[in-house]
Amino acid sequence: MTALDVAAIKADFPILSTTVRGGQPLVYLDSGATSQKPKSVLDAERDYYEQHNAAVHRGAHALAELATEDFEDARKVIAGFVGARAKDLVFTKNATESLNLAAYAFSNASAIATHHSGAIDPRFILKPGDSIVITEMEHHANLIPWQEVCRKTGASLRWISLTEDGRLDLSNLDELIDSTTKVVSIVHQSNILGTINPVQLIMDRTHAVGAVGIVDGCQSVPHMPVNVHELHADLFAWSGHKMLGPTGIGCLWGTEEILEAMPPFLTGGSMIQMVEMEKSTFAPPPQKFEAGTPVVAQAVALAAAVRYLENLGMQEVARHEHLLAEHTVNALNALDGVRIIGPTTSWERGSAVSFVVDGLHPHDVGQVLDSRGVAVRVGHHCAWPTCRHFGVPSTTRISPYIYNDIADIDAALEGIVAAQEFFGVK
Amino acid sequence: MDLESLYQDIILDHYKHPRGKGLLNKPLGSAFHVNPTCGDEITVQVNRDAEGGLIIGYDGQGCSISQASASVLVELITGESIERSEVIRKAFLELMHAQGVGEPDEDVLGDAIAFAGVAKFPARVKCALLSWMALQDAEIQAGLITTGEGA
Repeated sequence: MTALDVAAIKADFPILSTTVRGGQPLVYLDSGATSQKPKSVLDAERDYYEQHNAAVHRGAHALAELATEDFEDARKVIAGFVGARAKDLVFTKNATESLNLAAYAFSNASAIATHHSGAIDPRFILKPGDSIVITEMEHHANLIPWQEVCRKTGASLRWISLTEDGRLDLSNLDELIDSTTKVVSIVHQSNILGTINPVQLIMDRTHAVGAVGIVDGCQSVPHMPVNVHELHADLFAWSGHKMLGPTGIGCLWGTEEILEAMPPFLTGGSMIQMVEMEKSTFAPPPQKFEAGTPVVAQAVALAAAVRYLENLGMQEVARHEHLLAEHTVNALNALDGVRIIGPTTSWERGSAVSFVVDGLHPHDVGQVLDSRGVAVRVGHHCAWPTCRHFGVPSTTRISPYIYNDIADIDAALEGIVAAQEFFGVK
Repeated sequence: MDLESLYQDIILDHYKHPRGKGLLNKPLGSAFHVNPTCGDEITVQVNRDAEGGLIIGYDGQGCSISQASASVLVELITGESIERSEVIRKAFLELMHAQGVGEPDEDVLGDAIAFAGVAKFPARVKCALLSWMALQDAEIQAGLITTGEGA
């Protein structure tokens, strides 16, 4: 029934053949937090360090050329994965930094504008009376940076609320995103609810009022085909480690026009054009946003991850995950005393499914699953306000990926029943 | 893994039948603590009776370990002098940092010795300590102790 050859895929991931908690086979269902890495990704990083490692974009020796070529080839491959050009892709250390880079463009521009009028694109200048719009299902990484921008500029934060089944309530979209709105920053696929949001519709409204549109794609890029142009966003952030890549690399795509207009975030070496004692000019994007030694080995390994996913085909990946999502929501819906937090059908949702068990705390559910070798995430998933919206302190989340099959999901489901029995709530 | 070594019967009993849960009318000191990784929260309050013995109130929500630990705390600390309460609190901290090594003193810790197994699970030590850290802050706020020594 599955779209992927899961057994063959599992064999590519060394960690998936390890055992935990007294010799039990690992069932890894926490890929929403971080994915495991296939051998080809590990090899790519090692090969880079063993064969080509050098400082990029400087020096004229043989290794420097090879390393620069590796790095910029990786940028092409990773950009191409989301339908983008290499020159519009900025590397950061993680998606949180990508989103902060975007947020700081506004607070930096606002600060600079108070001392240097006319030097800054007015779209980035925020003042009291302006508004920033996000959603109530944002990861803290796309919430707290905007809270801080509001504190620094006097702008106010608005958010699109949620319906009972964990979707965006768009009934008052035109009132929320109005002529005061300067930024709209929303999640593509919720890490806690699994909801896939109608990003294009919201971005179109964003542009209708002349605001800048930003999308957090951390949970969409690893799991479905994404073309940044189809989303109509100005900026699009995602991370490497959730899509088979290494930790330590994040991505930010932007339109050429917006990247040109944005002031830099981190400053220092590598991001300059000319430096004098009093002032400097900056390199064109993406270098303008990549101060210091960049994430070279990580980019090379992430490009290997992209090749691995492209080899499977992202349509097939999405189809596989849809089947897993369908199985998971149907099975959880059928379990007594279990309530899904988020969409209860597989329509427009990813495979990450959060739930609560009556009479049981998620920590205790997770502990029983762990005792059976099943790794899931428990807690508020860095989306505390979303938990609060649904009146739960935290949830348990099953988040599978390409290397999981129905049997893995069933192992988690059996663990839930075992937890209910162990604590006597069934 | 042996679930029973973590979830001893005493812990499950305190979780299902918490002792002394509820807040005080006029506490001398009160502290609200949150475990930021899971959102569990607890308020611990202290007061003193006519003889100077401690009165503890608490309320909160969280996992079995954090809630059972608060219930055990109330049972152990209620009526004790501040000096004795400090001995018990520090013994509990020591137990939770012992990683399951050594024999806890039942004369001091009573039911709390059941938490020895929790110390083997680093991710759960914070759960067990939540109410005890709040107790310390409540006692500082009440002027009953002055430092966080022993934490």
